[in-house]
Amino acid sequence: MGKPTKKIGRRDFLKGMGGGVAGASLAGRLLGKNPLGADGGAPDLEVESRKLVSFTLNGKKIGLEVEARDSLLSVLRDRLRLTGAKRVCNRGECGGCTVLLDGRPVYACMLLAFQADGHDVVTVEGLAKEGKLHPVQQAFIDKDAYQCGYCTPGFLMTSAALLAETKSPTPDAVKNALAGNLCRCGNYRKIYAAVEAAAETMRRG
Amino acid sequence: MGKPFVIEDPNREYLEAARSQGQAAAPATPASPPSGEFKFIGKYTPRVDGAKIVTGAAHYTHDLYFDGMLHGKILRSPHAAAEVISMDLSAALAYPGVKTVLRLKEGRVRWVGEQVAAVAATSETAAEEALALIKVEYKVLPHVVEDLKAAETGAPQVNDQANVQPFNASNRGDVEKGFKEAEVTIERTYRTNWEVHQPTETHSSVAMWDGDALTVWDSTQAIHSVRDGLARSLQIPAAKVRVIKRYMGGGFGSKLSANDYTVAAARLAKETDRPVKITLTRRENSYCVGYRPSTRFTVKVGAKKDGTITALQMKNLVCGGVGRGDRCAEPFVDVYKIPNLKIEEFSIFVNTCGSRATRAPGHTQATLALEGAMEELAAALKMDPLELRLKNYSTKSQGDTALPYSLKRLDDCYKAGAEKIGWARRNKVPGAGAGRFRRGIGMASQIWPGAGTPGTLADLRIHADGAVEVECGTQDIGCGTRTHIAVVAAETLGLEPQDIIVKIGDSDYPWAPISGGSLTTPSVAPAVRDAALKAAEYLKGLASKKLGAAPEALTLGGKRVFVKDSPDKAMEWKELTKQLRRIAYFHGERAGYPDDKFAFQTFGAHFAEVEVDTQTGKIRVLKHVAAHDIGRVVNRQTAESQVLGGITQGMSAALFEEKLMDAETGAMVNPNYHDYKVATALDIPEIVPLFMDVPDDRLNNLGVKGLGEPPRIPSSAAIANAVFNALGVHLGEIPMTPPRVLAALKKKEAGR
Repeated sequence: MGKPTKKIGRRDFLKGMGGGVAGASLAGRLLGKNPLGADGGAPDLEVESRKLVSFTLNGKKIGLEVEARDSLLSVLRDRLRLTGAKRVCNRGECGGCTVLLDGRPVYACMLLAFQADGHDVVTVEGLAKEGKLHPVQQAFIDKDAYQCGYCTPGFLMTSAALLAETKSPTPDAVKNALAGNLCRCGNYRKIYAAVEAAAETMRRG
Repeated sequence: MGKPFVIEDPNREYLEAARSQGQAAAPATPASPPSGEFKFIGKYTPRVDGAKIVTGAAHYTHDLYFDGMLHGKILRSPHAAAEVISMDLSAALAYPGVKTVLRLKEGRVRWVGEQVAAVAATSETAAEEALALIKVEYKVLPHVVEDLKAAETGAPQVNDQANVQPFNASNRGDVEKGFKEAEVTIERTYRTNWEVHQPTETHSSVAMWDGDALTVWDSTQAIHSVRDGLARSLQIPAAKVRVIKRYMGGGFGSKLSANDYTVAAARLAKETDRPVKITLTRRENSYCVGYRPSTRFTVKVGAKKDGTITALQMKNLVCGGVGRGDRCAEPFVDVYKIPNLKIEEFSIFVNTCGSRATRAPGHTQATLALEGAMEELAAALKMDPLELRLKNYSTKSQGDTALPYSLKRLDDCYKAGAEKIGWARRNKVPGAGAGRFRRGIGMASQIWPGAGTPGTLADLRIHADGAVEVECGTQDIGCGTRTHIAVVAAETLGLEPQDIIVKIGDSDYPWAPISGGSLTTPSVAPAVRDAALKAAEYLKGLASKKLGAAPEALTLGGKRVFVKDSPDKAMEWKELTKQLRRIAYFHGERAGYPDDKFAFQTFGAHFAEVEVDTQTGKIRVLKHVAAHDIGRVVNRQTAESQVLGGITQGMSAALFEEKLMDAETGAMVNPNYHDYKVATALDIPEIVPLFMDVPDDRLNNLGVKGLGEPPRIPSSAAIANAVFNALGVHLGEIPMTPPRVLAALKKKEAGR
């Protein structure tokens, strides 16, 4: 029996804000430079709002200066140009921006970039290993588990997390794990089929 | 089913006889080979761009970033009706990062969300913050957002004309006489509410100028329409505008023309001489770019005791905000043999943004009403609803009064669908079940043109190194058009779909229609087929000399050309194309309709099974069977996806979706994915897609029709009818939310 894969939701997010680990680890790392860089960060900021963060992104260590209010999603997309995670609702309602934080699926729009400090982040761009697609990526192709493809990266990340946790998820476990991802084209049945096919591939090794 | 299906249709019989003898059904259109002879067409082919999609390498408009690119934001009217008196842009212009500010509105605003001004700045945040600094003085005017209130005398006038406008009217036969002939007559009302497209990729454009030439990357279903619309708005030649759409995250009808914010992006880009990107927020996407217009149908239908319909009268009040909404009459006019018919439709204007085409505009709403009335009429006649439909089956268009259909296999759809759902399990008397949880089975029929657009162009080029590219100014909006093109070209040239380099989504490519109205496949596939057939003929001519056989004796297959009767005499593809020495061009075109002797439509039937919790009012769809006659299937894999989508969206609209308005402010109160409910993973029933898969050879060189809209048309209606079968009362309104279910049950009890 696989249990539903947990996401970091609004509540966890708020807890994190109240002096959580991620926030504490940033103390004393404030910078004093002009916030308006060539990449066009928002202007008119309090100096204290800028922070240096470093985390592992798709297997590589990176470090960059962010604003306290920057979401992980905006940093991934606007700064790092990793556009696989999509900005669909930008308020934790659809899962289009799902990435893995230490292996757990999280909504990158609901996580402040500084909360990723010291953590391991994987986006859809990092799901394939050494040019070989993750079984769930291959299964999405084989089963046509997408239409417009816009929600696909989010679904893939959630599914990959589920399959890392559970070898043989029941159909209900698959549905429950995917309940936080929205596919407006309505290809859910094929998405379930793809996740189940990927599970089988992974069981066979 | 009590009786066997016996539908006589001479045109269909002729077509199928001609096909079986390999004859042409029409002079201009040689019969395409039977599905079984094809290697890829009609089979399951994974998308040729699948790897791109699953690795995040498919770039959507949202994902585009250019050097020096600015971000645009739109200031929108907070008032549903007002006069813009003055605007002060100076504070916004002085804000750090802001490059320019434009006033977009003079005079009257008519809905909350109408564009008033635009800002371009170095970051989205700066642009958004600057919007708050624009000072607009409004003279607020009275507004109305409820259709029935707007229709009252003395209601605030929304547009320059009265709020209620006649929209569509037609007459056939004599309804008065028809109702006199009827032995049973029922009159019912049906209502559909505002359903918002909510594509996952919000509307987005990037505009970039090079001197006086404009390039726009747009999240659109219609690159050519956007080009033409931008040229008109900006008053520049259409040939100076190029519109590119690589990938798009859903549209469903909301992205079919040039948008006002795209024009704003182009103007901001011109002013600043930098690329400008405008991406709407989810909130803006919810209330600024359309929705499916609401309807209020009154349907009166009369029939003989044996089920023969003698007359039908339909009146409909459509409400599409400041726009006219959808004409909904077509299914009433066309589907059944109805000798006497009267249609009256009216538009009601209210102060909310104009509606837009929404997957099967008009047909979807009308099908809920027409098919609801059929189900309720069957109950009144104590007849099997499927038998009632067969009793009034037509083989000619316009309710059996005009041109014969070239091919109509709706009867086969009924048969296949009824079998798969287990039609005999339904409640013979609606609402006959007992207990808290009631099950029911319902059905609905579908009609939609889907015949494609003559004149669609595609170029196929073969390089001396063997590379094949197809260029077509169509767009893949998620239906798998890239793959369809590759499948058709590969099939015709004896290659593999992955061998074909497909270039689409650029208005500089040969013309193709909008990707809406189920037009894409029946327009593009025949054009590609035409080009590829020409290429095949040319290549066979080339090979003929080398192989010492007549071109007619040659076959292209397995990446080689060979003599049909002695396959050992062959040339490899690359060896063959080497003979070209230079690039070879083949122009393909989708031919016109063969003649005016036939009507071309797609058909289908849906069957749904539901379970209703009579204590909570919650409806669960258990199973949904969809049988469609859409001519030849090009790619079964993507065709099935289309059907899954049509059913999921139809279920979502039937149960959850409704744009809710605040009458006081005229604003939408649920402009997000949390409050505007759409179906998600936990709501999805078992879905069975079935295709009749018979080419309509009179129509085009592959006998293909469109599938975009068909599965969306009867899906909500079949579910509503299944609820009727479960409860014995038709809700007469979607979405069938729990409060509406409970209210209907209460009303039913009171009636007893």
